[in-house]
Amino acid sequence: MKLSIKLLSATAICAGTTAGAVDLEVMHWWTSGGEAAAVSKLAEAWDGTGNKWVDGAIAGGGDTARPIMVSRIIGGDPPAAFQFNHGRQAEELIEAGLLLDLTDVAEAEGWKDLVNPPSLLDACTIDGKIYCAPVNIHSWQWMWLSNAAYEKAGVQVPTNWEEFTGSAQALRDADIVPLAVGGQSWQEKGAFDVMALALAGKDAWLAVNQDKSTDAVMGPEFTRVFEEFGAARELAKGLNVQDWNQATAAVINGTAGAQIMGDWAQGEFAIAGQVAGTDYSCLPGLGEVALLDTGGDAFYFPVNDDPEITAAQKELAALMLSPDVQVSFNSAKGSLPVRGDVNLTTVNDCTQKGLDLLAEGALAPALTTLLSPDTVTQLNDLVTEFWSMPAMTAADLQLQFADIIGAAD
Amino acid sequence: MLPLIFTAMVIFLGGTLWTVVYSFTKSGLLPRLTWDGLAQYERLWSSRKWIVSIENLAIYGVFSLIGTLVIGFTLAALLDRKIRGEAVFRSIFLYPFALSFIVTGLVWQWILNPELGLQSVMRDLGWQSFTFDPLNNPEIVMFGLLIAGLWQGTGLIMCIMLAGLRGIDEDIWKAARVDGIGTVKTYIRIIIPMMRPVFVTSLVLIAAGIVKLYDLVVAQTSGGPGISSEVPAKYVMTAMFGGQNLGQGFAASTMMLVMVVIILIPWAYLEFGDKKHG
Repeated sequence: MKLSIKLLSATAICAGTTAGAVDLEVMHWWTSGGEAAAVSKLAEAWDGTGNKWVDGAIAGGGDTARPIMVSRIIGGDPPAAFQFNHGRQAEELIEAGLLLDLTDVAEAEGWKDLVNPPSLLDACTIDGKIYCAPVNIHSWQWMWLSNAAYEKAGVQVPTNWEEFTGSAQALRDADIVPLAVGGQSWQEKGAFDVMALALAGKDAWLAVNQDKSTDAVMGPEFTRVFEEFGAARELAKGLNVQDWNQATAAVINGTAGAQIMGDWAQGEFAIAGQVAGTDYSCLPGLGEVALLDTGGDAFYFPVNDDPEITAAQKELAALMLSPDVQVSFNSAKGSLPVRGDVNLTTVNDCTQKGLDLLAEGALAPALTTLLSPDTVTQLNDLVTEFWSMPAMTAADLQLQFADIIGAAD
Repeated sequence: MLPLIFTAMVIFLGGTLWTVVYSFTKSGLLPRLTWDGLAQYERLWSSRKWIVSIENLAIYGVFSLIGTLVIGFTLAALLDRKIRGEAVFRSIFLYPFALSFIVTGLVWQWILNPELGLQSVMRDLGWQSFTFDPLNNPEIVMFGLLIAGLWQGTGLIMCIMLAGLRGIDEDIWKAARVDGIGTVKTYIRIIIPMMRPVFVTSLVLIAAGIVKLYDLVVAQTSGGPGISSEVPAKYVMTAMFGGQNLGQGFAASTMMLVMVVIILIPWAYLEFGDKKHG
């Protein structure tokens, strides 16, 4: 099985190179240190096939980058490939026939048997056709803690949310901000969702985000989430940073105790030379309910008239899922590979926890596959308003949250 | 002339009509003619973010208009006093205008950053209690934007004003001096009324800058903290491309157009309507 796949991908690559070198512009929003290191692995692999990777990085995160990509695609000047979070973000582009059907590549490479968990490929599939190449599994459900900060405060590194809030005062006394949260709406909303899944449990979380039940939003499980989120707002006071990696840096240098952020934060710890377990600790699901949401990044390929470029696009899609690229890319990025048959070169404590959860099947769907971008934007606006307005109470937030969920499509 | 008329009719008018029509539809990422009645407008006006955007634009608009005119005119009047090194000062004041709003926004974001900029400098100098962090304070964040906006925009207005002042006949000044009218009073009572066309030009330039305020916000605060520095143009962009909801974005931009028209028509009537008779 493995051999035949290797042969297949080898032939695919050879077939591609005979067509001559092609420049492909690839747009993405991977600009932090760890992310840039990871994307250079993709670029190296692609350049290694004799083609040319034209990097189209957009700084400022997905909320800044996606509008630019979409306007270029609709405007008739699409890049050869672009990164999205798989799920509902590309729904309408696919319906409008603007994106390349990758089903033949997927069949030739056997993605159906390889990609684990299968939900990743489902998120790329519309009407039985596959439109994207998933490259990694990212999960939001992590809290990163600075061992040095807790040592300085003279308390044990917490192992769950309750201990974390309990030890917050000790950190404050040592002049450390307990929780680092960057001032962008997606980070605040992300932290909220992690707390929701960890504190309310999977059933209530799915009732809200999948079934769009307003009763579940107002129910006792979520009431607790809103209250704890209000408490978290207090714990985050005193650190004025915008970007997520600046917040991670505060945890790395010990001026903040912890950050709730997806596993991409681990790339920053790695670049800073920190070691999981000794310099920093990680708690999947805040140490309460350990589930991974299987979000992640995927590449989509806009339809192009030039058959040479179309062939190169398919070749790039195949390359992105090839074993070597999966290992080098995901090792650099701190994410998990999308195929179950490869081993990462650098598996530390935290990555191992993630791999174990993946193997156990302790998974939850990613929010990007459940909520439309419209709903996500509305919720982000609401949560960030709450976060920056001390006058707004958790009960206000809960009511308005229920309104948006009730109106969601 | 014909191509110009064609452009104006098709591109401006056609584009505007198209936008208004599609604001009554359920268009998502792509325009679609599925009618949705007034639903987009209902949602728009029940959205806190939109209300905050309008309030912010009003605050920014009023202060930016007054501030730019007052500072621009004062600088121009000072330069007009035949000071030494006028060319040097003129270049210095006009220089920020050569920078884009994106650069301006980033520069002022750093200056106003409490951990890197002005506040930390003052604290390092020994003034420990000094606090000035407008970009992190929802109450005054619009003034943080205003500082950057004024810094960037006043130079141009100053130059226009200076040109206007240079157009005033020397004899007026001599006559005023003979009559024993003070310098400040001469400016306010005689010179400014004579400079009416210059002020109208400045007003149009400033007003256009206010309505399309977008890039400065994106570069300086991204609408934060929270939603406290959102502006209508940014609401439109976020709804259309971030939220993949064109209908909502079109509804918001139609409301922007309505607001401009409401302000513009009475003013244009007052300003240009009389001319025909006079």
